Amino acid sequence: MQPANRPPASTGASGEEAAEVAKRRQGMLLASPGSLYLLIFFVVPLALISVYSFATRTSTGRTSLSGWNVESYRAIGDDVIVGIIGRSAWLATLTTALCLAVGYPFAYYIATRPRHLRAVLLVLVMIPFWTNGLVRVFAIRFLLGSNGPASALSESMGFGTFRILFTPTAVTIGMVYSFLTLMVLPLYVALERMDWSLTEAARDLYASGSKAFWKVTLPLTKSGIVAGSVLVFVPSFGSYVVPDILGGAKTLLVGSYIARQFRDARNYPLGAALSVLLIVAMLVAVALNQRSGSGADSGDRPRRRGRGRAHAEPEPVAAP
Amino acid sequence: MNSMTTTTVARQRGQGCNGRSRLILLGAIVGIASLLAAACGDDEEAAEPAAAPETTQAPEPTADPEPAEEAAPAEEAAPAGPAAHCAAGETDGDLTFYNWAEYIDDELLAAFEAETGINVDYTTYESNEEMLTKVESGAAIYDLVVPSDYMVDTMRREGLLLELNYDAIPNSANIDPAFTSPPFDPDHLYHVAYQWGTTGIGMSYEVLDILGESTWAVIFDPDTAALVPGSISMLDDAPEAVSAALKYLGYSITDVINNRNEDAVREAGELLRATNERLLKYDSVTFGDDLVNGEVDVAHGWSGGFALSIFEADAYETHVYTIPKEGGVRWVDTMAIPHNADNVCSAHAMINFLTDAENGATLTNWTYYGSPNAASTPFILDEILEDPGIYPPPDVYARLELIPQMGDLGLIVQDMLTEAKS
Repeated sequence: MQPANRPPASTGASGEEAAEVAKRRQGMLLASPGSLYLLIFFVVPLALISVYSFATRTSTGRTSLSGWNVESYRAIGDDVIVGIIGRSAWLATLTTALCLAVGYPFAYYIATRPRHLRAVLLVLVMIPFWTNGLVRVFAIRFLLGSNGPASALSESMGFGTFRILFTPTAVTIGMVYSFLTLMVLPLYVALERMDWSLTEAARDLYASGSKAFWKVTLPLTKSGIVAGSVLVFVPSFGSYVVPDILGGAKTLLVGSYIARQFRDARNYPLGAALSVLLIVAMLVAVALNQRSGSGADSGDRPRRRGRGRAHAEPEPVAAP
Repeated sequence: MNSMTTTTVARQRGQGCNGRSRLILLGAIVGIASLLAAACGDDEEAAEPAAAPETTQAPEPTADPEPAEEAAPAEEAAPAGPAAHCAAGETDGDLTFYNWAEYIDDELLAAFEAETGINVDYTTYESNEEMLTKVESGAAIYDLVVPSDYMVDTMRREGLLLELNYDAIPNSANIDPAFTSPPFDPDHLYHVAYQWGTTGIGMSYEVLDILGESTWAVIFDPDTAALVPGSISMLDDAPEAVSAALKYLGYSITDVINNRNEDAVREAGELLRATNERLLKYDSVTFGDDLVNGEVDVAHGWSGGFALSIFEADAYETHVYTIPKEGGVRWVDTMAIPHNADNVCSAHAMINFLTDAENGATLTNWTYYGSPNAASTPFILDEILEDPGIYPPPDVYARLELIPQMGDLGLIVQDMLTEAKS
């Protein structure tokens, strides 16, 4: 069989192979600027951070690279630091949950509008994104301040001055505001690409509106929920601008703590160790998410094909 | 640091997902994840070459347990004797001057350029640590920097400062002798004082009237704090916060740091922790404006910050900067030349220029900070000389202390503020 088929097969194979190689080469060429950028400004700094995390701080605050040790990692076990990490995780979880609670109905609303309106609404969602984040946080600070509009309003209504700035509530408001777009966009994409005929089918089969939502819509948009949650959780976990400006720096979170190690304490090894630990923790969390199947449509090709159309894959639905 | 990178990447992804599939979103996350994984795996190999130059560049000053003494290894790193043989007023090229933000009258720079014919490349920083990082890494070369007292100590110990050649700075004779043998550079080899100021409490006259006289108790004692209306802010700066607490507790900052009295530092930390919930916020930037705007009524902060805010808001009738009866912190900013400066003679020329009697006064008349220049006094505005917030009376001045270089105790001091915020 092999010899008989050889001439056509070999030419075909080599042609295909050549095309494949050319394609791969082209792909590499296209990816090279991005890869190079990430290598220089992401991988290398990250490697340096990892190296510093095993170094020692001298009494004047210089980082000594001789005498490697894991002292900085051991220091992370300290109650105070564990408490800081715990608080940050709680705030990030709260922010993510609130973003989801606010963002899901919002994305649902946009996705169910007529096509031309959707584009307008989406642009409106993204407009705050075009403004510098720091400027927006300072704007909130002004809004919530005891001399700001919110306070004036509450005073005119007879509730007295409004003391919310520099409280955890103000931090939470600021965090949700800062990161809401990151939740809405992936949710919108998931909802917009969903095959609504499946919900109709559920209703035809006598599912109630809420049941159709919980059993059909929600599971089908799970990937959007996961993507949005990761996108909100990761930056809010390390955020330090919002808590410092709106929280009055009264409660230390892990982002501020790390910044403080590099800036004030000049304890690079501890700051680096904590950074590495957080990165690894995030990686593990994302990897677990991927593995749990929620992100199956992002990588696992055979599995995805096997599932077929019923799962409303983006491409088949999007094609028509 | 990493969180910022992640945010940036995430934001780009967030924008890009308009009309794109969620595949791209998740793909991006996976991509970042795998890159990270690769980076973590390759650490040892990738890091070695990058780390090597640093090791050779910075000969390790073997951990010096006694910061009060001269650190021998650091002395070796510093060149012995004045490196520069410049004549007074001699220049050797354009000057790169790295100073604190808002800390010089531009006309002084223009006058120097006109007098010497060289250009001044003037850039600014917001904290000693920011300046130190730049000088230490050699990322940028500066001819003249303005470190504060404790930072002079750190930098000279690390061999980052050049010994000055006073032959090229004849005007240094103008400097008040009180500023020529400070504990941070006892032999006056590496610095010439630039400006000085204090740390104390800004408050409304309403609060001051209730208290009778300014005291740290308004921040640290719950009963006294309860007497005054309104809210309190403190500097978001561990050495300053701990020093304030030490002063309230009756300690001498110098004694505590130099005798490595860890118990006293921990006692101050306990006090900070108990005070935390009474504070409206920690703030090292807008404390002056917040005071005159009424956001806070009692604010721990730097003299110059209050002077500027009170001046801008014309709040002389309502607000005042005070030094508490228990005493406060005094600091000195100084001119110094980094070890890797290119134009050492130009730097000397600038130091000489700024220590001139009239130029020194111009400096103070613009910054509203105290001048260490004794010859400048006749040229300084009366409103500055008569302001007890800028030039405290001798009995108050006697209760002010410099914060010494803290050595290993510095980390414990940082921990105290961290724990207070927990």
